[in-house]
Amino acid sequence: MEKPKKQYWKGLEQLSNDPSFVEKEKNEFPEMLPTGNEDSGASRRDFLKMMGFSVAAASLAACEAPIRKAIPYLNKPLEIDPGVPVYYASSYMNGGDYCSVVVKTREGRPIKIEGNDLSAVSGGGTTAQVEASVLSLYDKQRFQNPTNGGSPVTWEDLDKEVISQLESISSGGGQIRIVANSIYSPSTLAAIEEFKVKYPGTEVVTYDSISNYGIAKANELSFGQAGVPLYDFSQAKTIVSFDADFLGTWINPVLYSKQFSKTRKLGPNNKEMSRLYSFESNMSVTGANADYRTAIKPSEQGAYVIGLYNAIAGKAGAESISGGSSSEIINKAAEGLWRSQGASIVVSGSNDPNVQVIINGINSLLGNYGTTIDLNKSVNFRSGNDEQMEKFVADLGAGSVGGVIFYNCNPIYDYPKGDAIASNLSKASLTLSTSDRLDETSGAVTYIAPDHHYLESWNDAEPVAGHFSLSQPTISNLFNTRQGQESILTWAGNESSYYDFMKANWEATHFANQLAESELQVFWDKTLHDGVYMPATDTQAGAIAFAGDLNLAAANIPSGGSGLELVITSTVAVGAGNQANNPWLQEMPDPVTKACWENYLTISQPHAAELGIVMSEGNTQKVDLSVGGTTLNVPVVVQPGQASGTIGLALGYGRRNAGLVADELGVDANPLVGIVNGTRSYAVSGASISVTGESYQVAHTQTHQTHMDRHYVVQESTLGEYQKDAAAGRHFPQITTLKGKKQPYDISLWKGHTYTNHHWGMVIDMNSCTGCGTCTIACQAENNVPVVGKEEVLNRREMTWLRIDRYYSSDADSSDLKGLEKAAENPEVTFQPMMCQHCNNAPCETVCPVAATTHSTEGLNQMVYNRCIGTRYCANNCPYKVRRFNWFKYHDNSQFSTNLSMSNDLGKMVLNPDVTVRSRGVMEKCTMCVQRIQYGKLEAKKEKRRVNDGEVVTACAKACPTDAITFGDLLDSKSKVSKMLKIEK
Amino acid sequence: MHKTNSLSFINHLVRFIAFIFTLLFIGTGLSQAQELTEDAGVIAQGEELFKGNCTACHKINEKLLGPALRDVTERRELDWLLTYIKNPQKMISSGDPIANELFDEYQIVMTSFPFSDDQIASILSYIRAESAKPMETAVAAPSADGESVAESGIPEGYMNAIMIGLIAILAILLVVLFLIINVLSRFLKEKDLDDNQREVVNQRLDLRALVKSNAFLGFAAFFFTAIVLKTALDGVFTVGVQQGYAPTQPIAFSHKLHAGQYEIDCNYCHTGVRKSKNANIPSPNICMNCHLLVMPDSPEIAKIYDAIDNNTPIEWVRVHNLPDLSYFNHSQHVEVGGIECETCHGPVKEMEVIQQHANLTMGWCINCHRETNLNTKGNAYYNKLVELHSEVSKEPMKVEDNGGLECSRCHY
Repeated sequence: MEKPKKQYWKGLEQLSNDPSFVEKEKNEFPEMLPTGNEDSGASRRDFLKMMGFSVAAASLAACEAPIRKAIPYLNKPLEIDPGVPVYYASSYMNGGDYCSVVVKTREGRPIKIEGNDLSAVSGGGTTAQVEASVLSLYDKQRFQNPTNGGSPVTWEDLDKEVISQLESISSGGGQIRIVANSIYSPSTLAAIEEFKVKYPGTEVVTYDSISNYGIAKANELSFGQAGVPLYDFSQAKTIVSFDADFLGTWINPVLYSKQFSKTRKLGPNNKEMSRLYSFESNMSVTGANADYRTAIKPSEQGAYVIGLYNAIAGKAGAESISGGSSSEIINKAAEGLWRSQGASIVVSGSNDPNVQVIINGINSLLGNYGTTIDLNKSVNFRSGNDEQMEKFVADLGAGSVGGVIFYNCNPIYDYPKGDAIASNLSKASLTLSTSDRLDETSGAVTYIAPDHHYLESWNDAEPVAGHFSLSQPTISNLFNTRQGQESILTWAGNESSYYDFMKANWEATHFANQLAESELQVFWDKTLHDGVYMPATDTQAGAIAFAGDLNLAAANIPSGGSGLELVITSTVAVGAGNQANNPWLQEMPDPVTKACWENYLTISQPHAAELGIVMSEGNTQKVDLSVGGTTLNVPVVVQPGQASGTIGLALGYGRRNAGLVADELGVDANPLVGIVNGTRSYAVSGASISVTGESYQVAHTQTHQTHMDRHYVVQESTLGEYQKDAAAGRHFPQITTLKGKKQPYDISLWKGHTYTNHHWGMVIDMNSCTGCGTCTIACQAENNVPVVGKEEVLNRREMTWLRIDRYYSSDADSSDLKGLEKAAENPEVTFQPMMCQHCNNAPCETVCPVAATTHSTEGLNQMVYNRCIGTRYCANNCPYKVRRFNWFKYHDNSQFSTNLSMSNDLGKMVLNPDVTVRSRGVMEKCTMCVQRIQYGKLEAKKEKRRVNDGEVVTACAKACPTDAITFGDLLDSKSKVSKMLKIEK
Repeated sequence: MHKTNSLSFINHLVRFIAFIFTLLFIGTGLSQAQELTEDAGVIAQGEELFKGNCTACHKINEKLLGPALRDVTERRELDWLLTYIKNPQKMISSGDPIANELFDEYQIVMTSFPFSDDQIASILSYIRAESAKPMETAVAAPSADGESVAESGIPEGYMNAIMIGLIAILAILLVVLFLIINVLSRFLKEKDLDDNQREVVNQRLDLRALVKSNAFLGFAAFFFTAIVLKTALDGVFTVGVQQGYAPTQPIAFSHKLHAGQYEIDCNYCHTGVRKSKNANIPSPNICMNCHLLVMPDSPEIAKIYDAIDNNTPIEWVRVHNLPDLSYFNHSQHVEVGGIECETCHGPVKEMEVIQQHANLTMGWCINCHRETNLNTKGNAYYNKLVELHSEVSKEPMKVEDNGGLECSRCHY
């Protein structure tokens, strides 16, 4: 066989050929059978024998079936037919995140969230957090009643007390603060205005769990117009990102991933794609997808940005600014940017307004305002104001705040000075939280007026200036909660429901300002149906002259960090930690590190060697991390690509009061976040690490199901080679026979299959896939995939049907150890989604002794749970290692209490009723969402027509924000998937 | 039969001519309104709509909750009917004399139906076609059907007689053989025989030796084991099979009365059967469509009122329990497959208490999928499949031929 050109490895242990790893990776399953009671001799087997006999005897003796009830609706709602899904458009709003969604409900309960294709703000995709939010609805941790000092009260009593307290504060001239994350719902703002009228000392303080205030402030300095602008990456041919993870966590990753992917779709008609330069410290999703990635320290960012400005200013003939560093890669990026003037974007994740002013200067030189950056479309869901928040913390400490209402936010946890807020709360006479579930803040206040979950609420939103959307309830409130805005209206003395209030508001504004519909109800119904509304406007994309003072900004950038620099990030899965109690998100491996269930300190390989830490298969050490006066005991993960002299730690963990799943997972990085000149800074210098020697295991999915010695695991090529030959990098295996080389399918042992009706197939465009992992959560929600917990992930028994393999690679030859070592410091990264390939002659099918896995006439590899006896031969024979074995009964099992969707009656409401919940001892794997295929076929048959292309879509394909996954019928010559395959041939 | 046909033909002809004349006389005045038709497709559509929506209150030939609809297209103007069916309440309040007369007579306002004009026209076409049939044909049809079924195959009574006859003949044979042996041995005893021969002749049937013989014991043991095994296996296969399960329901609802005597279409109450995987057990608001007026004082109906008043749903006992591991969709079978409800649910029209008719085992499902022809007629989904199938086989396409036996059709 031809020698592969590149070396691929999944983890450092594989790269270094660690002997214990090599031994273990040969085995499909770990050799130890962790059954929990190895010490007690053969008791488990004996027990099983006894159990087997007695169960058989008992089941024969007790043939009486239990009486099952069938309970119809008392008064069936017109739009609900049991068994038929109903979809509602709505809006996901959580912390500083927004996504326009379509909610699938069955029998009146939401079971799946999908993207709304009509939205220009989220582009039809979702994120892992959006997908998982449906499980948060059914969290037992939610408040079931309003409470006063911890004991449940009625709403009437609560309102009476709160109103009297507010009135007494207000009449005494006291100050009231409503603390919230970005508020971008016009009707909510109107409700708060009414509140302000009644209680004149009221001020609204907004902050976001993750701040982008630096950008807003820089725009005020540069253009006299504060706000985070909306970017259009789809128009950008050259993109430079300084630590802005716009494909993973930065501001609006759903839309930005979609836009970015549009520049990466190659085909016979398009052989050009965008160039992405990334300068970052931690390895992020964006860095992993970058064409050129440079590892830099955060303290160097200023110099790099100034260097880039000067390089471009040189070309543009503009004045350069003092300072800055120049390097080959900066010049290359500058050249690329200059070539694509007006079609490029430079972004920075820094929250330092000075850095952002220079970034604005660069974009202005390149003429990007008005083309790829629209200043008039400010992103309202990241409009938090750090300075206001700082002032609030100071005011609270000074005792000048009489009453605080925490409106759906949790600053005691997610604001750096949370401790100060917690300890000074007693200085306010009224403290109230509208949080819908127990958290650090709602645990510290006197009154709790729990809000509905967003899936139970009416709401409207203006996520981006000029783009409106609606939220509607998809289920009536599960608990005795009340819409937060209704609480505010009630306290303001307005008795109307929030729905009426909102509708009246829309009547007065949007309905009155449009001409298309003459009846309010028709207009309202249409908007509610679409979920989004965009009034026709004639405003041009904002292009305002740059008026920032670059030299002042450059001078104000703090120069040079001292010691080790800590970079605080957030993960794709858990984000800022609002939904930390969601087990789907906790078990979702990070796209890059592939670790789950906690946060950890990422350090570079040379740094680890320096500290004497060797990491192998999650076995690592805990170290003491000291920043300022704070010391955290945290495990270390050795991360290829981590900039030298930096370490990384994620927010969102270390929750103290979030519930069964999230409490005590990882450490809380929020107190480490610095506040520089009134804005939060996520890069902190002067950190130090001391090795404790305490060994520890981090749960990785990284090296599970790994295979060394398999060439061409990933087939890839460079753009230049692709332009010359569309098949570049492709590997077409041939088999040598006596009669020369032959195609593998020419000498098959099997007869193959003929397909007459459908032949379902899936194509994944690996050039578009960013590895974000949204599809894995969509799959989990759709197919009732259980959560197994950290312990079982360590035992390599995670159950996800769809995983995303992350390979590091380098061009260095496998014998060039020095070269490989160097490459490990900043490797190339490739993502490869991996699920059952539904092989035509599947190896698993031939080895099953009971024919529990067979081939269908529509090309599916079928898995029948009720037939499976658990020999696991199939998994052993699967070349893709995508079969999952149910080692335990994961549902209704107190040992798997974190599996919230199956461990209690409330959580079970999220289960997809069309998919079996698997039991112990059976194998499972991707079915290509056969329930959706069957549903689509049935709908077509009922309407007496063939299935239309795009009608049957798997959960993963629907969720994908980059449209990398295409599913369809290969026999339908007009289907997108068959057209794509034709191109490839 | 011939007589009825020709009669109805003449009837049709007369009506048709009358219709043409009416058209001629009325001229363009009616042209904008809907027209009734004799198109079989439209009438079939009308029949489906009529049976699904109207039969709870109306019959063609009998007065039920509402008037008998025979010749209603003659009695009323088409425009009047269109408006009335869409919103009867509006017509009554607008002071329409006929509507008010009807209300006075029946003391109930008809439910309004959001049908399109075309749909109403198809229902009326169906009613007109039905009205054209003489009254007795409907009654005569089933008996003819019954006979034709009885003719095919040997009646059960004959089979029993043949079996009894066979057994009797065998018994007589045995007796005759025994007598022959007796006669022969008596004859041989009187002859001169040597010792060996005498021994054979005098040999007595030694039952004890026979019972103790290995061959007998072997046979006995084999039969015993076989019977025990067979019984045990049969027993195991009936585990969880609830054929004939007829639990007492919280309300003594009689399908015999509703579906049998009053011929209410299954669809009327089980609303999901054509569009959902579940057929649906009706919610009380469907019961109340009729029972507001029909027997409102019955103690059983009072239970429905109780449920509504106390906001506690009625907990019916589920009769058909498929295991969770198998997926079944009613609409696939009824709407697409065109299977009658009775095929699986049995003679519901005769059941006072509903019971499980089929055994609902996988073998039963599979068997039906092997034997049933795929209902491909008029369904564009199947066009290409039927074409491909006819190239390789002369047999009609069975469900099996379209992957109907595959695991993932029901298990996922």
